[in-house]
Amino acid sequence: MADQTPDGHQEPVNEYERERVPERALLGFKSFVGQYAGEHTAGTELMIGPLFVAAGVSAFDIVVGLVVGNLLAVLSWVFLTAPIATRARLTLYYQLEKICGRNLVTVYNLANGVMFCCLAGAMVTVNATAAGVWFDFRMPGLNDLYPNSVGWVIAVLIMGTMIAVVAAYGYNFVARVANLAAPWMVLVFIAYGLVGLRQLGIDSPSGFWAKAQDLVWKGGTPLPGQVKFTFWHVAFFAWFCNMAMHIGMADLSVLRYARKSWYAVATAAGMYLGHFIAWLSASVLYALQLHTTPENTAVLPGPLAYNACGIAGLICVIVAGWTTANPTIYRAGLAFQAIAPRSSRYRVTLVTGAIATLAGMFPAIAMKLLDFVALYGLVLMPMGAVVFVDFWLSRKLGFRASYAELSGTSFNWAAGLTWILTLFSCLLAVRLGGIQIFFVGLPGWFFAAVMYVILSRLYQRREG
Amino acid sequence: MRTLARIVSVLSLVGTITPAVLFVASRIDLAQVKLWMLVWTVAWFVATPIWMDRQAKG
Repeated sequence: MADQTPDGHQEPVNEYERERVPERALLGFKSFVGQYAGEHTAGTELMIGPLFVAAGVSAFDIVVGLVVGNLLAVLSWVFLTAPIATRARLTLYYQLEKICGRNLVTVYNLANGVMFCCLAGAMVTVNATAAGVWFDFRMPGLNDLYPNSVGWVIAVLIMGTMIAVVAAYGYNFVARVANLAAPWMVLVFIAYGLVGLRQLGIDSPSGFWAKAQDLVWKGGTPLPGQVKFTFWHVAFFAWFCNMAMHIGMADLSVLRYARKSWYAVATAAGMYLGHFIAWLSASVLYALQLHTTPENTAVLPGPLAYNACGIAGLICVIVAGWTTANPTIYRAGLAFQAIAPRSSRYRVTLVTGAIATLAGMFPAIAMKLLDFVALYGLVLMPMGAVVFVDFWLSRKLGFRASYAELSGTSFNWAAGLTWILTLFSCLLAVRLGGIQIFFVGLPGWFFAAVMYVILSRLYQRREG
Repeated sequence: MRTLARIVSVLSLVGTITPAVLFVASRIDLAQVKLWMLVWTVAWFVATPIWMDRQAKG
């Protein structure tokens, strides 16, 4: 999926943006295996694994929790996202525009763009920790929210600028590097885990489980400032860290190219390589750091990877961060450009990269990545429920599907209110109800589905 | 040339993970792990574009 821009640069485009993907453009199963495996073996996996250890997770809870949570995520793609994607074969944005109207989609794009910027910022943060291995500046600690040294700010600035410029002018080069690096990266992630286990004294499968419980995932009290993680936390986090993509329906845009809806099982490649092996490996490295230097609680992927696998490990951190920050910044740029269509794609991407760089200077996003990822999914999830209900249930429940397209409205208040009320209710449940953010996504999705049915019936009756 | 590059790529992947496996088996030390992983990383990034890019263009 590449196209030539007027000034000769290649850039990816979402082909068939406002039409069904034709039969000739459909892709085979292997395309999705590669895409999902690469996409979910990112630099941020090196943050998430250690944060589980910081949250005092036990061996059983992390291993079984990840198996169950990742399975639920795959099933969500297979049974919720893919059946709509392969029937409608439209992008999420076009499908939303038919349901919600152009102005509401613009607001959705703004929220999406802001979230993508923050996520890209976390990836820039990961890359800057690699610079800290070579240049001796003070790096942020586990509970730091603000930049804590001039060196850190300069490192993020340089890394972020490079990523932003490449995202604007050399997208295809990085996309090529991402494809090239994917198989090698998976093996380096496995190597991190093996080296870490050996250094912790675990050198045979026979004593693995007992030692893993004693040395790696010990359970007990979390580190200061961290929330205690149980089996349920791990399972729900693994299930919903890509909530925006599956039950939030963002991957309609990807899976609309699938010949069959079962091709969505390819997401298992991403889940079990990236969100199982990579998370466990990264958590082993952090457990090793806590074992050898208990006072050092900083989650810094650069030094962690370098200590385990040397320069190759460090290259992996940079490549993993860079190749995932690049499309994230690009997607954020696309989302913002939808709001101001006349602005130059390059300028928008550069400005987006600058915002991501600024976000990356604040370690709060990376150090609180578990919470941020949950929030990111939560913000985009209600629209997934709207799409699901509109596609499958609208006729049966007595209201018309794709109402904005039928009525010509630019803002479907039923969908808009569903989004706002769901978010408000979920955040209220977190703030006042004391429910942790990882657990509100599931009831929130059902709440959004019911709200959309009720509000659509009322709204469409009133509009006639 | 492409066939040779493919062979080097496969060897590079094997070479990237083997040092870590040998380290677990206490056959080599950590410094050797780091050195050999770097060597095979360089080999992967040199050899793989030769066949992967052409395959993509094809």
